[in-house]
Amino acid sequence: MTANLKHALFCAFITLIISYPILGFDLKGRGTSVALEGVDISTSIGVLLAVVIVFVFQLYRDTIMGSVRQLPAINPLANREPMEQSKRLKLESILLTLMVIGAVIWPFIASRGAVDLATLVLIYIMLALGLNVVVGLAGLLDLGYVAFYAVGAYSFALLSQYFGISFWFALPIGAGLAALFGLVLGFPVLRLRGDYLAIVTLGFGEIIRILLNNMTSLTGGPNGIGGIPDPTLFGMEFSRLIKEEGNTSFHETFGIAYSGEHKVIFLYLIALVLAVITAVAIRRLMRMPVGRAWEALREDEIAAKSLGLSRTAVKLSAFTIGAFFAGFAGTVFASKQGFISPESFVFLESAIILAIVVLGGMGSQMGVILAAIAVTILPELAREFSEYRMLIFGAAMVLMMVWRPQGLMPMRRIHIELKRQE
Amino acid sequence: MLVLEDVHTHYGKIEALHGVSVEVNKGEIVSLIGANGAGKTTLLMTVCGNPQATSGRIIFQGHDITRDMTSNIMRSGIAIVPEGRRVFSGLTVEENLHMGGFFNTKAEIRKSQNHVYELFPRLKEREHQRAGTMSGGEQQMLAIGRALMSKPNMIILDEPSLGLAPLVIKQIFEIIGQLREEGITVFLVEQNAHQALNLADRGYVLETGRIRLHDTGKNLLSNPDVQNAYLGG
Ligand SMILES: Nc1ncnc2c1ncn2[C@@H]1O[C@H](COP(=O)(O)OP(=O)(O)OP(=O)(O)O)[C@@H](O)[C@H]1O
Ligand SMILES: [Mg+2]
Repeated sequence: MTANLKHALFCAFITLIISYPILGFDLKGRGTSVALEGVDISTSIGVLLAVVIVFVFQLYRDTIMGSVRQLPAINPLANREPMEQSKRLKLESILLTLMVIGAVIWPFIASRGAVDLATLVLIYIMLALGLNVVVGLAGLLDLGYVAFYAVGAYSFALLSQYFGISFWFALPIGAGLAALFGLVLGFPVLRLRGDYLAIVTLGFGEIIRILLNNMTSLTGGPNGIGGIPDPTLFGMEFSRLIKEEGNTSFHETFGIAYSGEHKVIFLYLIALVLAVITAVAIRRLMRMPVGRAWEALREDEIAAKSLGLSRTAVKLSAFTIGAFFAGFAGTVFASKQGFISPESFVFLESAIILAIVVLGGMGSQMGVILAAIAVTILPELAREFSEYRMLIFGAAMVLMMVWRPQGLMPMRRIHIELKRQE
Repeated sequence: MLVLEDVHTHYGKIEALHGVSVEVNKGEIVSLIGANGAGKTTLLMTVCGNPQATSGRIIFQGHDITRDMTSNIMRSGIAIVPEGRRVFSGLTVEENLHMGGFFNTKAEIRKSQNHVYELFPRLKEREHQRAGTMSGGEQQMLAIGRALMSKPNMIILDEPSLGLAPLVIKQIFEIIGQLREEGITVFLVEQNAHQALNLADRGYVLETGRIRLHDTGKNLLSNPDVQNAYLGG
């Protein structure tokens, strides 16, 4: 108890010396000089209250944390015997199919704003599924993933600005360029291990952003690039007036009244299709030899090498494939926003995508999808608290660490079975 | 089949092998014995190119592999059962085996898998069990099985008896003898000198990075120096 008391006192003291100087004083400009003033009494009371809360919490920490741990698991499957593999796969496929069907119908009944937000969710799902390959499956901590997202988005923006290339052509080009970046950058970087890799990729993410910011003549610098065209459907545009010659407009072709909603729904459906493609493609890869090689290398590097796997080739493949899907997502993002600037590709984005992967339970696709939905939608629901967004986010992460350190839905590995000829 | 000529290997500035020459002929079992830290693992890993020899030559099946990349060496008909087994603990037994046959066709994998199950019926029983949850002996069998999946001409084993009960050791040595019958050349590193030399056609004794002795297995067993140092007098 005395140890706890000492510890609690210490924590309370730290809280005081950190928060009081920051919150308790105010700098006021008086003419040319600056004066330091104490702030109003309510802030001081707030700080004191925080100190007391920290003290009490630390004093009874064991009891409180104990009860947090005892919260029932939300995942009802968590404590059950794992299902028979074939059954589980079937159930999962059925669930996923239902989800997709629901997602296709949904935009026609939801509001425009909701559909727009859902498109963003789908973009995050693509990003998180891609990063999941790098972090969850290959075990490479990439903190600069947003760079490849930026490459995809900027490829489309620049190609459309300078060469008038449409969304559908830009999509493979953007993803391909992002993959190329992944390949070229991965090559020197992937020799590094663990923390070093994290730091270098972090730096790389920033370099790309700063480059975009400073190559003003090409990228418009901080002003960004606007006027990025919307996708078309077989040459049909979704705008009221046709922008490009040779195109027709959607509402005229079908003889319906123009509505801004068509475009939003169309974009949503594109994002949905691409997200499904991403999920299916990665699922396939996981079962292919390359997927097993990622796992083997993550589990035991020496053993994997002793079987003739090339460390660089295996890691590079994961890095490149992850980058490819980030490029995919970037192209969709550019098209959805119609305007991009380096602002959209800050480190925080990398952190959020990584948080999604970790929250979802590294490696599990279902988990990643759920986490992407949660992480994107919750802040929108809590709009009034938007100032505290990061605070809530942080608290949620800490809670997760205590309560479900393995993530929402930890990966259950798919076993590969060869049919044996008896 | 495998020839090492005056091989030196360094870890940074420290030299771990001071000019080692070893020869393993086709169809033989050759045992290498030596005390802890003598450099046995280093010697085997140098053959695999990780670390690479700093000087000397390593020739496998007539090709100079001294400067080849590990991944290429390991695909050229040589397989290793590394020290401490190193099975992929999160993967099932079957998946571990499939990793071993990574560069083979499905039909070949199926065939070698059946063969491995014949050698180690226990693995077949545990086919879908996670490797990490198996006993040490079972893991060692799996490590050997995994190495055999690539259908090697030569297999290198680094202390396969490490930490196993006498009965399991006996079983493993029997399997090693069986591999020779099948025409696989075996290069065996062991602390368990008695059994290793008994089984071997020829043996080498490594001491602090140098080959001290080199003779047939039988002769080494009766050599008084070897008896004193490695066979407990
Ligand atoms: N990665 C490494 N870096 C630096 N020195 C190393 C490394 N690996 C081994 N050594 C050194 O090289 C020498 C030989 O080690 P090695 O592992 O080859 O011995 P060993 O004969 O296999 O021993 P054991 O029977 O205990 O496995 C030792 O002195 C060891 O400290
Ligand atoms: Mg050793």
